[in-house]
Amino acid sequence: MIVEIGHFALVLAFALSLVLSVVPLVGARMGDARLMGVAEPAALSILALIALSFAALTVAYVQSDFSVANVWENSHSAKPMLYKVTGVWGNHEGSMLLWVLILAAFAALVAIFGRNLPATLRANVLAVQGMIAAAFLLFLLASSNPFERINPPPIEGQDLNPILQDIGLAIHPPLLYLGYVGFSICFSFAVAALIEGRIDAAWARWVRPWTLAAWAALTGGIAMGSYWAYYELGWGGYWFWDPVENASFLPWLSGTALLHSAIVMEKRSALKIWTVLLAILTFSLSLLGTFLVRSGVLTSVHAFATDPTRGVFILMILVAFIGGSLALFALRASSLTAGGVFHPISREGGLVLNNLFLTTAAATVLVGTLWPLLVEAVSGEKISVGAPFFNMTFGPLIVPLLLAVPFGPLLAWKRGDLYAASQRLFVAFGLSLAIALATFFIVDRVSALAAFGIAVAFWLVFGALTDLALKSGVGKVSPAVALRRFAGLPRSVFGTSLAHAGLGLTTLGIVAVSALEVERIAVMQPGDAMDVAGYELRFDGIFPFEGPNYTEEQGRFTYSDRSGRERGEIVSAKRFYPARQMPTTEAGIASRGFSQLYVALGDRAPDGGIVVRAWWKPQVLFIWIGCVSMMLGGAISLLDRRLRVGAPAARRAKPARPAVEPAE
Amino acid sequence: MAMTRKQKRLAVIGGAFAFLAVATTLTLFALGQKASYFYTPADVAEKGVAAGERIRLGGLVATGSIARDGGTDVSFAVTDQIETVTVSYSGILPDLFREEQGVIAEGAFDASGRFVADTVLARHDENYMPREVADSMKARGIWQDEE
Repeated sequence: MIVEIGHFALVLAFALSLVLSVVPLVGARMGDARLMGVAEPAALSILALIALSFAALTVAYVQSDFSVANVWENSHSAKPMLYKVTGVWGNHEGSMLLWVLILAAFAALVAIFGRNLPATLRANVLAVQGMIAAAFLLFLLASSNPFERINPPPIEGQDLNPILQDIGLAIHPPLLYLGYVGFSICFSFAVAALIEGRIDAAWARWVRPWTLAAWAALTGGIAMGSYWAYYELGWGGYWFWDPVENASFLPWLSGTALLHSAIVMEKRSALKIWTVLLAILTFSLSLLGTFLVRSGVLTSVHAFATDPTRGVFILMILVAFIGGSLALFALRASSLTAGGVFHPISREGGLVLNNLFLTTAAATVLVGTLWPLLVEAVSGEKISVGAPFFNMTFGPLIVPLLLAVPFGPLLAWKRGDLYAASQRLFVAFGLSLAIALATFFIVDRVSALAAFGIAVAFWLVFGALTDLALKSGVGKVSPAVALRRFAGLPRSVFGTSLAHAGLGLTTLGIVAVSALEVERIAVMQPGDAMDVAGYELRFDGIFPFEGPNYTEEQGRFTYSDRSGRERGEIVSAKRFYPARQMPTTEAGIASRGFSQLYVALGDRAPDGGIVVRAWWKPQVLFIWIGCVSMMLGGAISLLDRRLRVGAPAARRAKPARPAVEPAE
Repeated sequence: MAMTRKQKRLAVIGGAFAFLAVATTLTLFALGQKASYFYTPADVAEKGVAAGERIRLGGLVATGSIARDGGTDVSFAVTDQIETVTVSYSGILPDLFREEQGVIAEGAFDASGRFVADTVLARHDENYMPREVADSMKARGIWQDEE
């Protein structure tokens, strides 16, 4: 019964989203407040209905109701409760339901917090949200219904894909979807602005928090996915340039560009048309990502059961929204007035440079991702574009950007002084150079390229710290005053610094692992020892272990550090899930500081030995610590007074800006 | 040094175009160099592959062909039921690597004509077959969808 209620709620949500996509739009056109007033209750009701529907599916999973096809295909009564709940979105239908749930939640947030928006803007934004919701709800109902029953119901389910039976499934998809779908708000604002043919700094002030929130969530989602793949797949890699990874990376790149161009628009009302275009492109890339993952046109870990009709359906949604919004852009963009002028060497100029690099980098990733599809469509030949392509194109394009990052925040608006900025960055430059030279000469196996990478990483970190130090007046005023100023800096300044420093930390981790990783592979008998970068790994033997819905052969290892002292145990296992007749590898990982010892098991040899592959991954944790720092930076910026929801309303009259811009 | 509005705009647009030109060149060059083509063993026999050229070799793991040297080196044969290519690999094979299952080996032929793979990909779950492999087998009428 509850399952049918869930299904019915989804149908109602679809009907309401049709109302939401039309009525407020007409109301805004005619200036009818009552018609526009439909938007808020409609958005809230859609959220309530989809939440009810989602809850119904969750109940079916928790109760292991195998009369529901979706539950039967993806669950098992012996599965731990956590995976019963997360399994709701560990499949195509459920994950699309989560997608629309988050979409509806964002629309409801705009409805609630947008009460001080101009009435027509709010009505138009919510109408566009309604259109997106309608399209995806129709997709769910027509081709991916999660509530389909089977008769007679099977006794036992087929279990969730074991690779997904991990805490990662609880965090990675929801965060990723918060990011993907969060950009829909920026898209709706952009389309609404185009419909109205009017856009101003207040618009940018409105769009910025949503961009920040979506961007921070997407950053976290990608980082979590990367760490999950790292420890779950047992290959020791953190990024494979897999098409689906690229699909999430593309909106991240253009979202990062949007985040920065929205600053220019808010502060200087310049780059209006560009910002609107970026907002459209970013969500278009999110949709493209959804299409690539869900249609099964790409070979990937993420392709659940594939079904061509679904691919065509999402492709139609994709074409309608991207084509429609770009057509609207082409028609209306010229009506948006151009904004302030600036010198190429200025904060605006720096942010334009940032946008140029990020969008070009995104374009190369897009080309590399879609190229195999294109070649196959044209010539029928199957090719693969992998890591070597991306390292060769993305690398050279992103390094100059990383070098330029510390200059940006030090340049003044309108006209900056590059020479003065360089002088201020002298200490940061000297320090990072010194560290790079020191590692180059002291640590073995550090190539010149790796030393350069380390210099870039520290340059980013010290550059971010320099910005904080300068803005709090270190060296100019007494330490006590500087400390007080530091505490009083706007939160967005801390956000910028944290994010830029995080970029440096991630770079550091990537460079250290690429340059200094040690990999060993050997057949080991119990009692054998292996040397991995000075750590001794002793194999104690294989022990059986019984999990709730799997059996496991645990390889136990003891490891000693470079001084020969025993440090602890590492358990690496081969799991077998009988329900799906499927083995998985559980890597054994021990952290030493920010570095990790990573052990994966291979096949058993007939003589009782086992293939063991072990890595020393120096400073690897910085890759994800950097991402967390970026995410925190986004979150802290979000808390800035200036962006706090409602704050702009108090000074809608737009007071004359102070002659000297407050530190940003 | 004072630039007019027009000059500034030209500087920005000119810079952007120069940059895009560099990026485009780089991308086209990398696509020519770094994209690897998919071959089945029959394709290899028909077209020939130069030693050292990086390719993706796909097919089924031939029954009884998996041989281990007792250490970490493995060899197995990839077949499309027409031709067979023997692959050498050192490392841990994927969890779902099995006889008569779809597999993709990435690597190159060495000077002696042996195919040395540095990456071996197998299916991710029981519903999954590497798409290239499935397509090429279907095209040759060897493999059919179960449905």
